[in-house]
Amino acid sequence: MNYNWNWGIFFDASPEGTGTYADMLLSGLIWTIVTALCAWVIAFAVGSVIGVLRTLPSRPAQAVGNAYVELFRNIPLLVQMFLWFFVLPELLPESWGTWLKQLPNAPFYTAVVCLGFFTASRVAEQVRAGIQALPRGQRMAGTALGLTTAQTYRYVLLPNAYRIILPPLTSEFLNNLKNTSVALTIGLLELTARARAMQEFSFQVFEAFTAATIIYIIINLLVVTAAGLIERRVAVPGR
Amino acid sequence: MFSNFDFSVILNSWRYLFFDGMTFTLTLTALAALGGVVLGTLIAMMRLSGLPVLPQVAKAYVNFMRSLPLVLVIFWFYFLVPYIGQWLIGSERPIQVGAFSSSLITFTLFEAAYFSEIMRAGIQSIPKGQAAAASALGLTYWQAMGNVILPQAFRNMLPVLLTQTIVLFQDTSLVYVLSITDFLGAASKVAQRDGRLVEMYLFAAVVYFAVCFIASLLVRRLQRRVAIIR
Amino acid sequence: MRLRSLLPVLLAGLAASAGAASAQDLTGTLKKIKETGQITLGTRDASVPFSYLDNNQKPVGFAMDICYKIVDAVKTELKLDKLEVKLNPVTSATRIPLIANGTVDLECGSTTNNVERQKQVAFTNTHFLTANRFVAKKSSGLTKFEDLKGKTVVSTSGTTNIKQINEYNTEKKLGITILPAKDHAEAFLMVETGRAAAFVMDDVLLASLAAGSKEPTAYAISTDALSKPEPYGIMLRKDDAPFKKVVDAATAAFYKSPEAKTAYDKWFMKAIPPRDINLNLPMSEALQQAFAKPSDSPDPAAY
Repeated sequence: MNYNWNWGIFFDASPEGTGTYADMLLSGLIWTIVTALCAWVIAFAVGSVIGVLRTLPSRPAQAVGNAYVELFRNIPLLVQMFLWFFVLPELLPESWGTWLKQLPNAPFYTAVVCLGFFTASRVAEQVRAGIQALPRGQRMAGTALGLTTAQTYRYVLLPNAYRIILPPLTSEFLNNLKNTSVALTIGLLELTARARAMQEFSFQVFEAFTAATIIYIIINLLVVTAAGLIERRVAVPGR
Repeated sequence: MFSNFDFSVILNSWRYLFFDGMTFTLTLTALAALGGVVLGTLIAMMRLSGLPVLPQVAKAYVNFMRSLPLVLVIFWFYFLVPYIGQWLIGSERPIQVGAFSSSLITFTLFEAAYFSEIMRAGIQSIPKGQAAAASALGLTYWQAMGNVILPQAFRNMLPVLLTQTIVLFQDTSLVYVLSITDFLGAASKVAQRDGRLVEMYLFAAVVYFAVCFIASLLVRRLQRRVAIIR
Repeated sequence: MRLRSLLPVLLAGLAASAGAASAQDLTGTLKKIKETGQITLGTRDASVPFSYLDNNQKPVGFAMDICYKIVDAVKTELKLDKLEVKLNPVTSATRIPLIANGTVDLECGSTTNNVERQKQVAFTNTHFLTANRFVAKKSSGLTKFEDLKGKTVVSTSGTTNIKQINEYNTEKKLGITILPAKDHAEAFLMVETGRAAAFVMDDVLLASLAAGSKEPTAYAISTDALSKPEPYGIMLRKDDAPFKKVVDAATAAFYKSPEAKTAYDKWFMKAIPPRDINLNLPMSEALQQAFAKPSDSPDPAAY
């Protein structure tokens, strides 16, 4: 193969002057993790609300929930990224738009919001499925005990539903983590972007991408292991 | 609100967007889905085969592909495929692989991991007694798979396979990072040339939404029909 | 494997002894072109006016004209009746790996020829000289690189420019936030829409993008530059001397002929697509000399 391998490249200084190429990838990893975690907070909160809306007896609530999921699931994430980053500020009143565009770390905030709302539509699907998988008797028992709808959800339905959907939620979390790489198109300096930059500066394409690949695999293993532990911790004894 | 926007940019470029861009996107989606389902089925069969090594290899492949972001895989393959080709056929130089073939290989290999999980569930949804019955009738493994198990597995999983194909259709937009002219690539090239990001990206979003929404409605109708057969 | 690596050497020896261009004697890119009847040009979306998309989304420009001259020369050299030209879009970030892995044979655009890149790829004779500057809105009052302190600026990923601004930022501790953009047009739009205060790039590209924008008079290019005028060259695979020889000969003949001046004027002194804007950039003294004595030197001091 007509390619000059150089595995020592990771210890060479990067032209950004902030350390070696390894440091560059590490900083990318940190951005990836921070973005994924912040987006997950939004995704989990919004997704739970939308998921619950879709299981409420009220028709308008269901319609809102369904519309949200359809909207966010049927547009590619990359296009949504562009809508948030390039289109939204131009549609807002000028002063708001300017403020948004001049935020420091604008790509980061945009990526968090975009990914958060996108992943929320997927979390909502899981939450809905989890609630609907519970025996109908649970909801009835809640009502019979004199709990309000909100209390039924808070104390009966959601704690059970979350336990059921923990495995699919883990995989949504991993998707969310991988999807942070789409934000490189709006200038977020996450792991894939840093690997690409390393390739551009050093010309060592395959070393850079190999390193990124290994890092992604390690994070995946860690998340899967952690999810397994959580699953065992929160399992209802005797079920 | 849209006073200083100029939507004529869409009228001026729609032929390019659809004939060049959308054709690329749809061809890529169709071929990659086809290749992905075939390869994915083989991987699922490997995984359920019970032979030594093969299930582990299949599992490792699926887990490997599923832990990587598609964007990274797209970069990998665009740069690597010519070298793999060189290695495979023992050529003296990297073989030339165009943008389309390279994307097709990437998406086929990547989506195969996802399709294989669907097909695995499909194969497992067929009662074990059927495989046993086929074997008792003297069918070989391949005959049993081809004539008994897989046709039913496909039918049961058709809605899920199609839903995954809609996801694939959306995912192809990521070839944007390589400046390949798919639908979004075409839209962004016009948008950037003419400085009309707002108009073009809104239009792209509407088109993607319309296609995916209608397709998913059709899948849901199909799902209801398939459900009756079961 | 050892035999395989010996093969090109043997073939090169054969080619040298025979001299004639029959398919058996050819090596590398020439052999491939002869066998397939195809040559692939790497094109750019927004390297105005070197290689960019016109009204019909076809890549056109000064570098494209040069590449078609090279294609003609290759066709003559190989005695082909027909040579199919394929176009493959590349970005600043993908062009070098795609040349190396054989996806494109010639990259026709605005690629700076420097020593570092010559370790990966080869360049033919220089077709332009340009320095690294930035463009900003006049209203922002940014005129020098020092003014960028603490600002957000954009540059195109995979360019020498983003590397230089990164190095400058570290050296002078200016705390500039540097956003990478996929291509020049996107980067320019980041300035136009106020996402970034300035776009750091080769001055000729900045001038062309500003001239083609909605409000050409609203932009100003920095007074100082981060680099001396650096040479642009058409990029090809390295370690492919026979192909480079053909390409060098073709470009040298073209640059020395009056045709080069005509082609230059067509793109830099006349109205160009897509919006019929005249860039009005007369040929610099240095470029006139570079055309009179074609050179593929990566050293800015050589021009």
